[in-house]
Amino acid sequence: MKRFLVPLVLFFIVVGFLAVGLNLDPREVPSPLVGKPAPMFSLPRLDDPEKVISPKDMLGQVWLFNVWASWCGACKDEHPILMALSKSGVVPVYGMDYKDTRQEALQWLEHGGNPYIASAMDMDGRVGIDYGVYGVPETYVIDKSGVIAYKQIGAITEDVLRNKILPLVKGLQTQ
Amino acid sequence: MIPEIGHFALILALLVALVQGSFPIIGAARGNAVWMGLARPAARAQFFLIVVAFVCLAYTFAIMDYSVTYVATNSNSKLPLQYRIAAVWGGHEGSLLLWALILSIWTVAVSLFSKHLPDAMRARILGVMGLISIGFLLFMLTVSNPFERLIPAAVDGLDLNPLLQDPGMVFHPPMLYMGYVGFSVAFAFAIAALLGGQLDAAWARWSRPWTTMAWVFLTIGIMAGSNWAYYELGWGGWWFWDAVENASFMPWLVGTALIHSLAVTEKRGSFKAWTVLLAICAFSLSLLGTFLVRSGVLTSVHAFATDPKRGLYILIFLVIVIGGSLALFAWRAPTVGRGGKFSVISRESFLLSNNVLLAVAAISVLLGTLYPLFLDALGLGKISVGPPYFDTVFAPLMTPALFLMGIGPVARWKNASLPELALRLRWAFGVSVATAIALPLLLGHWTPMIGLGLFLAFWIVATTVNMVYQRLRGREQSLITRIRAIPRSWWGMVVAHLGIAVFTLGVTIVKGYESEIAVRMLPGDVAHLAGFDFTFDGVKETQGPNYLADRGQLRVTRNGAEYAVLTPEKRLYTVQNMPMTEAGISPGILQDIYASLGEPLADGAWSVRIYHKPMVEWVWGGCLLMGLGGIMALSDRRYRMQNRRKVTAEKKEGEAIA
Repeated sequence: MKRFLVPLVLFFIVVGFLAVGLNLDPREVPSPLVGKPAPMFSLPRLDDPEKVISPKDMLGQVWLFNVWASWCGACKDEHPILMALSKSGVVPVYGMDYKDTRQEALQWLEHGGNPYIASAMDMDGRVGIDYGVYGVPETYVIDKSGVIAYKQIGAITEDVLRNKILPLVKGLQTQ
Repeated sequence: MIPEIGHFALILALLVALVQGSFPIIGAARGNAVWMGLARPAARAQFFLIVVAFVCLAYTFAIMDYSVTYVATNSNSKLPLQYRIAAVWGGHEGSLLLWALILSIWTVAVSLFSKHLPDAMRARILGVMGLISIGFLLFMLTVSNPFERLIPAAVDGLDLNPLLQDPGMVFHPPMLYMGYVGFSVAFAFAIAALLGGQLDAAWARWSRPWTTMAWVFLTIGIMAGSNWAYYELGWGGWWFWDAVENASFMPWLVGTALIHSLAVTEKRGSFKAWTVLLAICAFSLSLLGTFLVRSGVLTSVHAFATDPKRGLYILIFLVIVIGGSLALFAWRAPTVGRGGKFSVISRESFLLSNNVLLAVAAISVLLGTLYPLFLDALGLGKISVGPPYFDTVFAPLMTPALFLMGIGPVARWKNASLPELALRLRWAFGVSVATAIALPLLLGHWTPMIGLGLFLAFWIVATTVNMVYQRLRGREQSLITRIRAIPRSWWGMVVAHLGIAVFTLGVTIVKGYESEIAVRMLPGDVAHLAGFDFTFDGVKETQGPNYLADRGQLRVTRNGAEYAVLTPEKRLYTVQNMPMTEAGISPGILQDIYASLGEPLADGAWSVRIYHKPMVEWVWGGCLLMGLGGIMALSDRRYRMQNRRKVTAEKKEGEAIA
């Protein structure tokens, strides 16, 4: 009798794991960059290519670094959330336009609104490699000392903003 | 209106399924003939209703009604008609409808071809299939309704995933599902036998043709998928050990074991409990595959729609179906009793060893597929298990399995003699060892893996030839009469086993001798690979119905003589803004030449990948032979006789009463 129960027992062990697995997101890959200083760069600004933008300029404040592009569909999804966030003034949002053309990017901001204090232009995607960008949009929370505290892969949702990013930002700002 | 008719038909189908899943089973337990008799009409009504739902959905796609969410997310006005129809199963909800449709096709088939079965058995089988159908229909109607309206309607659809816009999409999913769902018949037979307490040779004989048929579909379906991945993904690979591929491969391995163990149960009455367990496992793994694909628990190129709520539903469904049937197994199997005894050296034990090896192979695939999930669930980190694991595990498992495959069919039932077998197969052994050493030397490159692969392939061929020779030898009639005197199911086995040999040969040669280069090419440049010269004629822009394409042209010559012209493309599907590579392939019996376009580089140059794939077509050719073997076994005279005998028996009864 007992040995005939073996398949059933094994099955329930597998089911246990599957049940736990349902609540995990296999796509959520912890970024090796979290806890490390944000990679340095010095890139031309989208609105004025004569000027450059660098993470050095943001030292001493907590800021969001959002990688976006005019060709990216999911960026449209998170755009209203970024707009609202930037209007609220809780945290400064800087952008990086990734593998794009300047003209299309400017058009996109003109049509949809510009949530960024400034955007860097990473047209060949070199800086994106340093940041381990593999899907656009991606958003980094960077603390006062320039260390990456969090990385969001894919669009920011209301849920992520309210439950992950904002509490984290508030905590970092009081430090 | 049409979508509502489809929706309503699904609701009615669910009600009919409730009837089909309850009354006949209870009726069989109580001996109530009227209740049992409900099974067949219910099966047919359900089939009709699901066909109506399916046609409604296909029609909604055809007329481009974007007020239906599912249509709006999986189609587009620029999508050609054949893909709009195939888009019916291009997403989650429609795949389920296809599942339900195919389940009802199998159910109707059982109701039509089961006249020779005892009434209680037939009622239980159709009842169990009705229960499975309830699960799928309820799933659709609660969390995955393909007919859900989108208000306000979309102006145009989001388009079918460009990966799926391929002739393979029309063919591969229905075939694969026919295989997956086909195992539900073997499953239903097993559950019916457990419920009725009659696990005997008759049960095995009835299950065999259904199991073989499902196995044939699954074999062809997997082959079609592998072939599709080969030319569509543009990497020149034909099997990636992707979670979803594994999900189709596990039922295949267990199904293969089941076919063989059913043969033993029928012929010798042995392995009964084991056979039932395999029948349950084959279908359970099909369901598990559905769960893995649909729930988003694992990452995979196939996981297009994921939703935890759906995952939870399928998990509960799995617990009920698989848990319930394994519990039934634990309860009823101990009373089954043992079959005839056999010695360590006998056909039974060879078949049992092969069965165990196949089952272990299936378990190791399951383990590799779920391992990332296990670690993640235990908080031990994120990893992915790739081809190195599977390749390492598979070679040691398949080597003895293929070796035994050569011996099993020539060994005697019950008690065989090892010295006699060794004497009989000594030539086959010698020939295959010699080939394994000599052939790679001729081809100019020898590694242990190539040697092993060739040895196994030629071992199977040599032992099969020996077996056919022995069986045809000697008697006085003409050769044709002697060939025809042997049952077709035996010839089916011969062909299927040769298919394994062809497959093994293809895998060995392509793995051992393939080569590739990645080059930067300007128009007029020439690249060289495996004795071929490739002249790049540049890239032209062309326009497809719903995509823009850069079409490159490569002229292939060998020693100056024209060999082929390849036109690899890089397409941009405009609706989803998704780039796709379309490989340029020149297929051949001895070799494939395969090219795909990479990225455009500065000054009109392109990066181009060229692959030389010797004998890769044999991989799929082997699968086709396996499928053909299965079909030959199905056409065996005794399956056709079965129905006729029953009819004549009934007639005699009738006459006796009269």
